[in-house]
Amino acid sequence: MRRFSWFNATSLTVGFAFLYLPMLILIIYSFNESRLVTVWAGFSTQWYGSLLQNQSFLDAAWVTIQVAVASSTIATILGTMGAYVLVRGGRFMGRTLFSGMIYAPLVMPEVITGLSLLLLFIGIGLDRGIFTVVLAHTTFSMCFVSVVVSSRLVSFDKSLEEAALDLGCSPFDAFRLVTLPIIAPAVISGWLLAFTLSLDDLVIASFTAGPSATTLPIRIFSAVRMGVSPEINALSTIMIAIVTVGVVTASIISKRSSLAQQRDEQAAARAT
Amino acid sequence: MAQTVFAPWDDPQAKPLIQFKNVTKRFGDFTAIENLTQDIYEREFFSLLGPSGCGKTTLMRMLAGFENVTEGQILIAGQDMAHVPPNKRAVNMMFQSYALFPHLSVWENIAFGLKREGKPKAEIEARVDEMLRLTRLVKFAKRKPHQISGGQRQRVALARSLAKAPKLLLLDEPLGALDKKLRQDTQFELMDIQEKTGTTFVIVTHDQEEAMTVSSRVAVMDEGRIIQVATPAQIYEAPNSVYVADFIGDVNIIDGIATRDGDGYRITWAEGQDPFIAKTQNSFADGQRCHLAIRPEKVAILAERPDDSANAIEGQIIDIAYLGNISTYHVKLVNGQMIKAQAANTRRLSRRTFTWEDRVWLSWTDTAAVVLER
Amino acid sequence: MRRFILIAVPYLWLMALFLVPFLIVLKISLSDIALSIPPYTPQLDLTEGWSGIKAFLSQLDFENFTFLTQDPLYWRAYVSSLQIALISTVLTLLVGYPIAYAMAQAPDEWRATLLLLVILPFWTSFLIRVYSWIGILSNEGFLNQFLLWTGIISTPLTILNTNTAVYIGIVYTYLPFMILPIYSALEKMDGSLLEAAEDLGCSRLSAFWLVTVPLSKAGIVAGCFLVFIPALGEFVIPSLLGGSDTLMIGKVLWEEFFSNRDWPVASAVAVILLLILVVPIVLFQRNEQKQRELDQ
Ligand SMILES: Nc1ncnc2c1ncn2[C@@H]1O[C@H](COP(=O)(O)OP(=O)(O)O)[C@@H](O)[C@H]1O
Ligand SMILES: [Mg+2]
Repeated sequence: MRRFSWFNATSLTVGFAFLYLPMLILIIYSFNESRLVTVWAGFSTQWYGSLLQNQSFLDAAWVTIQVAVASSTIATILGTMGAYVLVRGGRFMGRTLFSGMIYAPLVMPEVITGLSLLLLFIGIGLDRGIFTVVLAHTTFSMCFVSVVVSSRLVSFDKSLEEAALDLGCSPFDAFRLVTLPIIAPAVISGWLLAFTLSLDDLVIASFTAGPSATTLPIRIFSAVRMGVSPEINALSTIMIAIVTVGVVTASIISKRSSLAQQRDEQAAARAT
Repeated sequence: MAQTVFAPWDDPQAKPLIQFKNVTKRFGDFTAIENLTQDIYEREFFSLLGPSGCGKTTLMRMLAGFENVTEGQILIAGQDMAHVPPNKRAVNMMFQSYALFPHLSVWENIAFGLKREGKPKAEIEARVDEMLRLTRLVKFAKRKPHQISGGQRQRVALARSLAKAPKLLLLDEPLGALDKKLRQDTQFELMDIQEKTGTTFVIVTHDQEEAMTVSSRVAVMDEGRIIQVATPAQIYEAPNSVYVADFIGDVNIIDGIATRDGDGYRITWAEGQDPFIAKTQNSFADGQRCHLAIRPEKVAILAERPDDSANAIEGQIIDIAYLGNISTYHVKLVNGQMIKAQAANTRRLSRRTFTWEDRVWLSWTDTAAVVLER
Repeated sequence: MRRFILIAVPYLWLMALFLVPFLIVLKISLSDIALSIPPYTPQLDLTEGWSGIKAFLSQLDFENFTFLTQDPLYWRAYVSSLQIALISTVLTLLVGYPIAYAMAQAPDEWRATLLLLVILPFWTSFLIRVYSWIGILSNEGFLNQFLLWTGIISTPLTILNTNTAVYIGIVYTYLPFMILPIYSALEKMDGSLLEAAEDLGCSRLSAFWLVTVPLSKAGIVAGCFLVFIPALGEFVIPSLLGGSDTLMIGKVLWEEFFSNRDWPVASAVAVILLLILVVPIVLFQRNEQKQRELDQ
């Protein structure tokens, strides 16, 4: 049995306090009565009320959700195709360029991605709005999806696909009936990652959105530049709560299923 | 030429190198080693043999200093080891997994311990080269552990633990990962190295053949206790219990009741059958339950009843296992008991006398079997 | 045919929305500012055919890049970005290593939870995590309140709007990127290696330096790049936590573009930022490649 040593317990406590105290303070002070955000004046939920009355936040949230759903869905399809091409595509002209284009956006500073896309949209005379943000987000998210999915594809036994082909599937059926179900967890995490990246993005959206489509991060950023406000605290609390519930649920589900699989395997081992 | 036998354990003057004194080790409320007392002498090749989980590794790790003793004392060269950390002990261990440092070359792995001692550079180089020659690794000095074969890795681990010339070398299943042929070669190599360096070896193995080949003494363990310590020959010929007899090699066990008869015992084993006759140093009360243990190679298999044998019994061949040089016959006695008998295959297959279903006679002498209490 | 579509769709998408925009940036960085829409010349006029292209090419020059080297503002911005990214990377390593180490040593049943706790902030909004420090670091913020209350200081410290706040912000937001690769390197490590080192005469501390650190080197290198590369082009953290004298290229580029509307200079700034990034990115790729080969 391993135990925490004194040193390890201290570094974990201090480390996680550092990671979580700022957010905890934010959450606590979103229930503060006072408008002064650093002085506690009693419990109140008034800032949640005033947040929900604030039409500009609600509009921005709606825009953000539309953008995130659209871009992450397209990015997942394109990214999965990209991963498949990378891992199973074999040789084709410009393969190196292709893999370069998949990996480069991962390390490209957001300011550059944003700037270059904006210059493109202006260059071809595309009006900026929700559509351009979706294009922009799809482009960098699909690369993240590709990386997630291809790491699953690499460890995936190719002979399963070959068996399907041997049993009379067309290549497309083999993908749909064999490959896709097996890489599904990676595809789903790819989608979630793309969705989160899109929700989170300020810089690229600022460049590509134009005045007609204000996303939530853009709205928050302009509010935050003025300093701390209790409404933003309330908004942050809501977002943190949603993410926490989502991530914890996802991890419990995946833990359950891996436990169930373990149990089944043990039962099977005992039966033989 | 008179050669003195190496048997310091029979010499009351000899000072043991290692002394376990009533050592107990518990993990939580699980007792891994129970009240164990044992001496090990200098230059010994001492084997720990036992089923998996019986506490062999734990015993080694206590010697190396990775586990504390719960109760009792371990002395090395007369010194209590209780508060000596692993890096201050003149003991080196060869790990079950070899534990070679993957970021260091073979040469650097072997030099690792020497460098910690702060020896001069020339001395380190000379010693490492010596070790490389001893383990025949000179060609691989510059390679990293993942660039050499399993057998070579095992030799690097050995060279590394020998480099500091420890008083005591601990080897935890050193040959477990090797295939049979390589294992046999390495066994002789180990014995050779032990002879050359004069180091005391304590080796863990679960391969009884290996223990028999290399050891000066073998300790058979079960559930945290040592059941018997003796030379390989004694362990094989004179096990002190059914457990040991069964653990080492193949054996037939016949349960019975002992009755004194001259300088031996008559052992009644089945209704209406002649009792077996056996001579033994162990003594039994009349009517005491006992176990007769006979090695298959000591049971002769014959077509006719022998006239002059102390023990003879009829049976039917149920199965024959052909092992090349010998065959093992599984013979069923009248009461249903199975007895294994071995015979050398001196003739070609087609000329062999016995086959399935044949009725045959088994016989052994009155000194072939040992009579055991438990 | 299907294979062709499979390859062509993502390929063309990336060409159109990644490669082409990037070439446009390169081109504009070689153009001149103009009071027009779009605010730069020359424009490529393909209707004039080959002579149009020649006229276009002849007007391109490296003026913007020369300008960047002459104006000390840009020069200082690059140096200060490198400096801030470097210092924060080292700080992140110093904070992250002990956490990763403790996680790798933790009892098995704790590991999954600890890992979840490290990953969770990554899924929460970056902007919010940066924002949460404003209330802590400001003059009347929680940190100053706490320090005044304990009596360590008698007048509030100015932390917000300084480089210190930027360091804190970068360490805070990029910490998971440092912890995860180091943790996975340490977790793979065979515990018997440390015992072997001790057996051969190392103290606990020297076994740490001689075995643990070298074996987690790949994780350390990966973590450092994962922090350094994005930190270099960071915009949100310096603009929210940094002061007016905090110079970082991301912020300069943003201001050139949105405030000065000097697109050619903004593009030139971007091109140079990329050139600076090429070195660490290539080194990072090498490290990953080597690691993959070792794992096989
Ligand atoms: N660190 C530990 N904590 C709890 N139990 C242990 C520990 N190490 C060994 N044991 C238990 O002690 C017993 C003996 O183990 P070991 O000495 O490794 O056996 P082996 O003879 O196979 O080498 C086993 O039942 C094992 O589960
Ligand atoms: Mg063991």
